[in-house]
Amino acid sequence: MNEAKKGDFVKIHNIVLESSQRAPNVPEDTQKVPLEMWVNGFLLSETAETGDCVEIETFAGRRVTGEMVEVNPGFFHTFGQPVKELLRVGIEAKKIIKDYNARNDMP
Amino acid sequence: MKDLSYKSVMARKSEIMKQAVGIDYENYEIEGIAFDYERMMKEVGYSLEEIKTIQKETCVGSTPLVELKNINSLIKAISKPGKGARVFLKDEAANPSGSFKDRRASVSVYQAQKFGYKGVIAATSGNYGAGVASQAAKRGLNCIIVQETFDSKKNGQPEIIEKARACEYYGAEVVQLTVGPELFYYFLLLLEETGYFNASLYTPFGIAGVETLGSEIAGQMKEITGKEPDYVVVTHAGGGNLTGTARGLKKVGAHSTKVIGASVDLFGLHMASDGDFNRKSFTTGHTGFGIPFATFPDRSDVPRNAARALRYMDDYLLVTQGEVFYVTELLAQLEGLLRGPAGNTSLCAAISLATTMDSDKTIVVQETEYTGAGKSPYPQLNFAKSNGVEIITGNPSESIPGKNIVIPESPGMIRAKRYSLESLRISYINQAKKAYCKTEFSEIEKTFISEDIKENFDDVVKE
Repeated sequence: MNEAKKGDFVKIHNIVLESSQRAPNVPEDTQKVPLEMWVNGFLLSETAETGDCVEIETFAGRRVTGEMVEVNPGFFHTFGQPVKELLRVGIEAKKIIKDYNARNDMP
Repeated sequence: MKDLSYKSVMARKSEIMKQAVGIDYENYEIEGIAFDYERMMKEVGYSLEEIKTIQKETCVGSTPLVELKNINSLIKAISKPGKGARVFLKDEAANPSGSFKDRRASVSVYQAQKFGYKGVIAATSGNYGAGVASQAAKRGLNCIIVQETFDSKKNGQPEIIEKARACEYYGAEVVQLTVGPELFYYFLLLLEETGYFNASLYTPFGIAGVETLGSEIAGQMKEITGKEPDYVVVTHAGGGNLTGTARGLKKVGAHSTKVIGASVDLFGLHMASDGDFNRKSFTTGHTGFGIPFATFPDRSDVPRNAARALRYMDDYLLVTQGEVFYVTELLAQLEGLLRGPAGNTSLCAAISLATTMDSDKTIVVQETEYTGAGKSPYPQLNFAKSNGVEIITGNPSESIPGKNIVIPESPGMIRAKRYSLESLRISYINQAKKAYCKTEFSEIEKTFISEDIKENFDDVVKE
């Protein structure tokens, strides 16, 4: 459980459309699940805990109500581990160029 | 109190859009499918000179164009004697938010400011969001970016999360949604609630903004090689990049330059499917947008799409995801340019094309995009693996989108596939019939269609 106080930057969550309300033309797997929404903003109530229904003010100044799911939400995407299938690409390409240049008397 | 149900909001679509883009599209309607495209572009858009001034104010455009000499050596090494065209690259990553999308955003946001809108909204999971957010920051407007980010398990494409980060850093509100075309419904709700400008990718403003990209290429190539390029290869998704670039080339007289569209082949994956969403490693520049938008441009978020790819496309090439990741490595390690990956779709097609062309020909790859955490080959391939996609080394012809990604064994295996423009044109006509509930078109409509698909209507139908 996370607590936040007025003015804290938090993330809220909402169901925009229940699965029964989804557009008629969406694929079956999408039809089975609701359309969900997340948005960040500054908490307007005095205090709140994750799971509470709260009101926030977004960067654009909009007031939005929803379930508080995160306090001080960050970004944790990374550059990740090397992919072995790509590690050889540069080395091999340089060798092809070097061999070609040698065959054609180029520096 | 307005009815906010899905059905009612969608029914108010044209009314909301009229408010939100300040264009009365009715003015340009002629009959059925026919509308006066050129008059719309002229009256609503801006001249090249005006766009240059607008873009200069926010540091957009005038990006470097460089010959990829080491990649060109590689191309020569894998081509037959006498073959191997020279490839040049327009480094659009040098724009403020790191992609050519700043050109599109610059004119839209300028227009919003001029018309007195308090803010701008764009529906995009791509670089365009960062472009709009950056331009809005510079011009002091509020900004909301609506993204399709997650599948129903709340797994987000790392590339899209990175773009959310960029938008938020530029001070935009980022609304993140799960998979589904009803994003458009939420987008309409937001437009109605805020009264902001719809910085759509498909207004005449957005397209006019890309025209400078075409005109710059023609000028820079003349400076370097003494003539206009033989080919310009454009990564094709919604059609705006291709349309704007081609129009810019024509405006400065580069009529002999051929404009080639290139997309990543994602056949078999459904763009609105919750299950397929994270089984693709490209969120744009792929056939999932490229083909539907080429064959029915008016599917966009405005009544009449200013991006009309078939009007300008001279050829259409498809490449695989693995090939694009491969050339992303080449660009970094041979040219010292860490860019892409999605923006390198056109580079990939250009390398393949160059091997088949005479060595005195020139090809311009007209964009690059910035690279970041989440938005580069390693995180995207690791993400693909974690979603059950197999990464293998082999022949790209064995690629199956959503099942595997094949990294070519050697550069000689990079082979773009030609996708027939004829079949796109036939599909255009069939979809037009469906959309307008017609079996026959009037002469006026046929003339419009002929212009819109760059081929005589009757000739296409005969075949």
